[in-house]
Amino acid sequence: MKLPIYMDYSATTPVDKRVAEKMIPFITEDFGNPASRSHAYGWTAEHAVEEARRNVASLVNADPKEIVWTSGATESNNLAIKGIAEFYSKDKGKHIITCATEHKAVIDAFRELERLGYEATYLEPEANGLIDLEKLKAAIRPDTVLVSVMLVNNEIGVIQDITSIGNICRAQNVYFHVDAAQATGKVEINLAELPVDAMSFSAHKTYGPKGIGALYVRRKPRIRLQAQMHGGGHERGMRSGTLATHQIVGMGEAFRIAKEEMHDENQRIKILHERLLKGLTEIEEVYVNGDLEHRVPHNLNISFNYVEGESLIMAIKDIAVSSGSACTSASLEPSYVLRALGRSDELAHSSIRFSIGRYTTEQDIDHAINVLKQKIGKLRELSPLWEMFKDGVDLSKVEWAAH
Amino acid sequence: MAYSDKVLDHYENPRNVGSLDKDDPNVGTGMVGAPACGDVMKLQIKLGENGIIEDAKFKTYGCGSAIASSSLVTEMLKGKTLDEAESIKNSAIAEELALPPVKIHCSVLAEDAIKAAIEDLKSKK
Repeated sequence: MKLPIYMDYSATTPVDKRVAEKMIPFITEDFGNPASRSHAYGWTAEHAVEEARRNVASLVNADPKEIVWTSGATESNNLAIKGIAEFYSKDKGKHIITCATEHKAVIDAFRELERLGYEATYLEPEANGLIDLEKLKAAIRPDTVLVSVMLVNNEIGVIQDITSIGNICRAQNVYFHVDAAQATGKVEINLAELPVDAMSFSAHKTYGPKGIGALYVRRKPRIRLQAQMHGGGHERGMRSGTLATHQIVGMGEAFRIAKEEMHDENQRIKILHERLLKGLTEIEEVYVNGDLEHRVPHNLNISFNYVEGESLIMAIKDIAVSSGSACTSASLEPSYVLRALGRSDELAHSSIRFSIGRYTTEQDIDHAINVLKQKIGKLRELSPLWEMFKDGVDLSKVEWAAH
Repeated sequence: MAYSDKVLDHYENPRNVGSLDKDDPNVGTGMVGAPACGDVMKLQIKLGENGIIEDAKFKTYGCGSAIASSSLVTEMLKGKTLDEAESIKNSAIAEELALPPVKIHCSVLAEDAIKAAIEDLKSKK
């Protein structure tokens, strides 16, 4: 067993060796610029880029012409949100809607649009992390131009009902963008049928390299967007900049493998998830964050009550996980995602995100469970809150001196 | 974030974990912090006949630095008079543990815990 055990696949995944092998020739030998039309170096690179585009499109059942290369999901989100809002606000209006639990790349793109005079609505999800469709319907106004909702949540792994959300948007003539960075290879995506206008992808969450992503932009009916990067007019003017052939080849190969193997892989990961869930919920006072049914099995976000997250991560240094709470640095704010679910500050401070993937084994899971059981026990021995809980004190009734 | 060896040592092998009888007239209990802020410290001291702190115990909910600060404080308190204990400054705790700037508040909390425990003890006299 390799220590520390990697259980942070939602942060990033290792590049699959088959992907890395396929990329290497495009760094050293087939180094041509895919935009060079006058010689074989360019043609070879262009051919590789188009093959990768077909593979990416194929995983999500889109037309290859609907795929635009970007530097990653953050750029895709920015391009889709700002690009669509800017292009269509003249006709539709300047109101935009998203959910409070979206990734920062969506939230902060919205904040930027607010700064530019747009009005934004941030829907609060239900306690299970899912959006109430009635609340979405009520939030849409005549001047709403865009709705952006993620498919799979990065912190808690819940799957939003984007079919229903998209149908609501269609009925109101509102454009719909979906951040699918955490979804590829985990859930089936059929863009030929989904009522989605733009969708963001990332390579490095699906065993491809970092620094490359894509944006799906629907062609029928055709969606236009305002370019955010200006230059040589690459990618049909939507995203200028010389294409990173080796990165693109990597993303294409990673998505090709994902399509081929996702069915079996997800079955295996589901079994591992159930094993982890069963083991950890044997511990007293633990709370799973996010809906247990509408979720990907790759993620398990769990709060260990009366134990502080950062000290827990320190205690389980053999396991590479992340604290659902962002209090690992200067900020002492607990996770905004867990707060949006209505979790108390204590539970939000006590959360750990386990995310598993292609190379996680049963032994890894068992080791993690054992370590957690032991360390939670140790930290609770140290915890005055645990002592009070055991003495029957209602912690919510205690007057704390906030600091 | 990298922790200092001293923080790691106190975190791995915390000294004087536990509780004293809070109703004992010679025991002072200080509870500071709030769960919502991510740290709560409970510090207890027991005064001997001779006016010297003969025992100190703690329990802490918080990050590694908060646990280490309270563990260190229990060691510092033993053998001191109340006046000496009251003069322990957070800077001494932070310096001993080599706390980074973002963790200074842990040492401040430990100092507050000492003051709260002493106050509780004095209120019983």
